[in-house]
Amino acid sequence: MWKTILRRFLIMIPEVIILSILVFLLAKAMPGDPFTGSINPKADPQQIHHLMKINGLYDPWYQQYWNWVVHLFHGNLGNSYQYQEPVTRLIGGRAANTLWLAFFTMILTYAFALPMGVFAGRHEGKLPDTIIRVYTYVTYCIPFFVILVIGIWIFGYVFGWFPTTGSISAEASGGGWLQTIGSRFYHILLPGILGALFGTVNIVQYLRSEVIDAKGSDYVRTARSKGVPSKDIYRHHIFRNSLLPIAAFAGYSITGLLNGSIFTETVFSYPGMGLLFVNSISYRDYTVITALVLIYGILNLIGTLLSDIILSIVDPRIRIE
Amino acid sequence: MAENFEQHSDVSAADLARLTQEAQAEATPSTAKIIWSEFKADKPAMAALFIIVGFILFVMIGALFINTPKMMETNIMGYFNQPFTPEYWLGADSGGRSVAKQLIVGSRNSIGIAIGLTLISSTFGICWGLISGYFNGYIDWGMQRVYDFMMMLPMTMMIIVLVTIIPHYNSVTLTLIFSIFYWEGTSRLIRSRTLAESEKDYVAASRTSGTSHWKIIFREIMPNISSLIIVDCTLSFAENIGVETGLSYLGFGLPSQTPSLGTMIANANDPNNITQYWWTWLPAALEIIILCLSISYVGQVLRRAADASQRQGAAD
Repeated sequence: MWKTILRRFLIMIPEVIILSILVFLLAKAMPGDPFTGSINPKADPQQIHHLMKINGLYDPWYQQYWNWVVHLFHGNLGNSYQYQEPVTRLIGGRAANTLWLAFFTMILTYAFALPMGVFAGRHEGKLPDTIIRVYTYVTYCIPFFVILVIGIWIFGYVFGWFPTTGSISAEASGGGWLQTIGSRFYHILLPGILGALFGTVNIVQYLRSEVIDAKGSDYVRTARSKGVPSKDIYRHHIFRNSLLPIAAFAGYSITGLLNGSIFTETVFSYPGMGLLFVNSISYRDYTVITALVLIYGILNLIGTLLSDIILSIVDPRIRIE
Repeated sequence: MAENFEQHSDVSAADLARLTQEAQAEATPSTAKIIWSEFKADKPAMAALFIIVGFILFVMIGALFINTPKMMETNIMGYFNQPFTPEYWLGADSGGRSVAKQLIVGSRNSIGIAIGLTLISSTFGICWGLISGYFNGYIDWGMQRVYDFMMMLPMTMMIIVLVTIIPHYNSVTLTLIFSIFYWEGTSRLIRSRTLAESEKDYVAASRTSGTSHWKIIFREIMPNISSLIIVDCTLSFAENIGVETGLSYLGFGLPSQTPSLGTMIANANDPNNITQYWWTWLPAALEIIILCLSISYVGQVLRRAADASQRQGAAD
């Protein structure tokens, strides 16, 4: 068991190194340099030249890469020249927003998907199963950003039930902590619900087939023959057995949500990392871009790792030999 | 072979012809036949198929009659023209450009990119999965590590970064950039099926009799999983429509002067447009939904046809 986890960690190290090199080279290839923002009619070209020299921008790329990595380990990701602020602080402020939204969406997804999966499996082939199958099929096919746009149109603008922009309202940001939390929660409600309603398909399908398999198994037959009520069999025996593999989906689900955050945050003008990325691209703010791509890559890796570890605990067959 | 057979067999020529005929009559029907009878049994699927084919033909041909640069010119007289008027069937946007015409050209562009992306990424993914699954061992291990690495990359971000780096891009470069990142799903599916298929006796028999690896992979294993490939291509086509339109919506796909379904939905980013001038974006959004649902529905029917236990079509 521990061997598997250790192996997975060892494989991760070269992946992170290659990712960082790739991200660094891509950032180098992007037009502009860190001093483009400070070019103005008063700036002396000689001065900028000098600045670039002492900042090592004329060094060979591996030298620059090495400096960048050393700074990285000191927690220094450079300055954003759109906001004139250290990148770590800038992203630190946005990351909480994105992670809250992702966390909330995930909890809702499980809250919707678990009962649906068990219900569909229990009534296999009957009307509820068909309805749930059609529902998962429809939600799976439609591109998510279209749903977000239509959702914000109907519930945000036409009915006016939900805020359409920002992460906190102007009045609440000056108020007490209860008001702050309330307003923040209100702002992630609609994107969270939409994300959860349209992200259940994997969990529902997995749980459904798991329940159908379990229905014919020996332990269920034993429970039935000793007179356990049908409701309890589903709740305590079957559901509990499939809980761990379902929990393993959490890791994959987090990576999916993070990748979707670019769309969610753009549609809802929600100030998280995804929106920061889109804005930084338009301003060519490449210190922020590199940092964000690196963070998302590492978060993806951790999410997948988490799922793989849980799955390898559940299912000994997939452990790396 | 045939001479050998005649020497060592006591079956007469007439009997052989009769046996062959009987074998053909009893043999499994061809894939095309199965798919067709499946569609005949499922009327909504037939409707979906006609919607897709008809719509794609309509926009492909219709777009030929529309002069795109002229269409994209600003016409102040048509500023946010109401829909359902004789001149502007679906109204006009802030530049007075006809939404209906943009929709036709935009659909052509979006569907074209989705088709190109499906062809390139599926071909690559299929080859990758076949090779990785067939050559178990070091080759598979190495290819799996590359796959893991690709899965780790934040796809949307990488595509956006690449699009900003490349100075002049058009729909072809865009399709190629997308293709770098969208072969993984196919490759994983094909690999797992190939792994199972490689264990079977016919592959072992072929290997012992000295057939070359490439011939086994592409002439023996691939035809055997062809139904899976057809289903996967259809489903990725539906998905790929979302890929291009999504990035164009964010402003990193097709440039704004080239209409796409995504850039049209991006009209909704303006709070005024989204409520007051709904006709500038809603038709494109609905079109994407209908297209994706119909294509995936056809995909589901194909999947049923591929799995004999789920078929609904007549058994004959």
